[in-house]
Amino acid sequence: MTGKALVTAFSLIGLLGLWIVAATLTADATILPTPLALVGPFLQELQSGELLFHLGQTLLRVVWAFVLAMGIGLALGLLMGRFPAVDRWLDPWLVVFLNLPALVLIVLCYLWIGLNETAAILAVTLNKVPNVTTMIREGARSFDPNLDAMAKVYRMPASTRLRHVLLPQLAPFIAAAARSGIAVIWKIVLVVEFLGRSSGIGFKIHLYFQLFDVRMVLIYALSFIIVMLVVEWSLLQPWERRVRRWRTA
Amino acid sequence: MVAAATLGAARAALAHRMIRVDITRKAYGRTPVLGRIAFEIRRGETVAILGPSGIGKSTLLRLIAGIDSKFDGHIERPDKMAIVFQEPTLLLWRSVLQNLTLVHPDLSEHAALAMLDKVGIAGKAEMFPGQLSLGQQRRLALARAFAGDPAFLIMDEPFVSLDPKTAEGMLALTEALIAEVRPATLFVTHARSEAERLHARILELRGTPAALAPRLVTGKERP
Ligand SMILES: Nc1ncnc2c1ncn2[C@@H]1O[C@H](COP(=O)(O)OP(=O)(O)O)[C@@H](O)[C@H]1O
Ligand SMILES: [Mg+2]
Repeated sequence: MTGKALVTAFSLIGLLGLWIVAATLTADATILPTPLALVGPFLQELQSGELLFHLGQTLLRVVWAFVLAMGIGLALGLLMGRFPAVDRWLDPWLVVFLNLPALVLIVLCYLWIGLNETAAILAVTLNKVPNVTTMIREGARSFDPNLDAMAKVYRMPASTRLRHVLLPQLAPFIAAAARSGIAVIWKIVLVVEFLGRSSGIGFKIHLYFQLFDVRMVLIYALSFIIVMLVVEWSLLQPWERRVRRWRTA
Repeated sequence: MVAAATLGAARAALAHRMIRVDITRKAYGRTPVLGRIAFEIRRGETVAILGPSGIGKSTLLRLIAGIDSKFDGHIERPDKMAIVFQEPTLLLWRSVLQNLTLVHPDLSEHAALAMLDKVGIAGKAEMFPGQLSLGQQRRLALARAFAGDPAFLIMDEPFVSLDPKTAEGMLALTEALIAEVRPATLFVTHARSEAERLHARILELRGTPAALAPRLVTGKERP
């Protein structure tokens, strides 16, 4: 356990070392500044409240899109997995949406709905729903038919059945969908902000891209990567451990 | 006391009710599996279904239990039913105790613990089913079946793939619980000895599509 953590730490330190070497060889702070050169401006952005504001904006969009995509994907996946007739009708749509490039959906949402928050969140949600649906459908197809029969014969109420029979069987699929969901969603949110919002990390990256300010681009990007890693470690992984407890007990 | 009285009344009302099975045909796609099968089960009576593997015993049980409703015919059954599958079929992600209380919301924790004690797995209440041995898991499945005080109990080969000693323990336990709860019982088995042990009326499935084999009832089997 600690051995694994140690390897992770050394591996990350190695990456940092590589960065320092590359920065030294480049010897041009406007192209690749050293990590140390980022500390000053980082603290400044933190103190002015600018960094936290934009981080908050992006995080809010990520949460909205995540909740919507998971909710809609869960419902659709359950329906399609449980009812073959629904599956036959919706599957072609799924294939179309799965193969629609993220950029196309984003641009179309902005063109049709306007450059606003609704369009931004809808674009991200639509990008993720097909993936979640596919994964949950897989889970719903693998339900144990004997447990279904058991619940039916003992006349368990629908709500109990959903909560204690179906959802626990889906838990590994929900966890996988949530994991890949978070990973993809925050990246798409940055693109959405880059293209049509005036707040958020993506907007700041766009701004400093136009100013060719590599330093600030790195500061904003890295800050958000760290936030997402903290979310993964402090929320997602503990939740996964909790729902898996019965397997390891 | 009041609860016991209402329970008694409900039982009395059910006393005349029987399980009536009248199936004319059951097919999977175009392959007929069951032909004409008609019989009744009285309250407190135990019926065993015998027949070779693949003849349609599980199919028949699923129709009678109401799990599968795609067939020609008519089946009357009481509301309060219980089923025991060959596999324990437990909620592996809920505690042993919750496996009783979630399936039977009216069951008090006290009664659930008493039931666990009765099947010999007291003290395992807080564990997950995966932490029990297979024999203990099947005892839990049995506890779940009887905890709801069923009017009709259905069991699909409940004693197979157990070592002789465990099978004998399960059989004795089932016999005791049936004597106590007195449901109408229908079960599938390979072994005639199991059927005789539970004082069951034996029905044999034969042929394709399967039908009940005509046979003489010996004095020993008559209830
Ligand atoms: N869901 C199903 N779809 C198609 N055929 C089935 C299905 N279930 C069972 N069968 C077939 O029906 C026949 C009877 O099966 P089953 O009732 O399980 O037999 P038994 O329990 O007596 O061993 C077998 O030939 C089996 O292959
Ligand atoms: Mg069978």
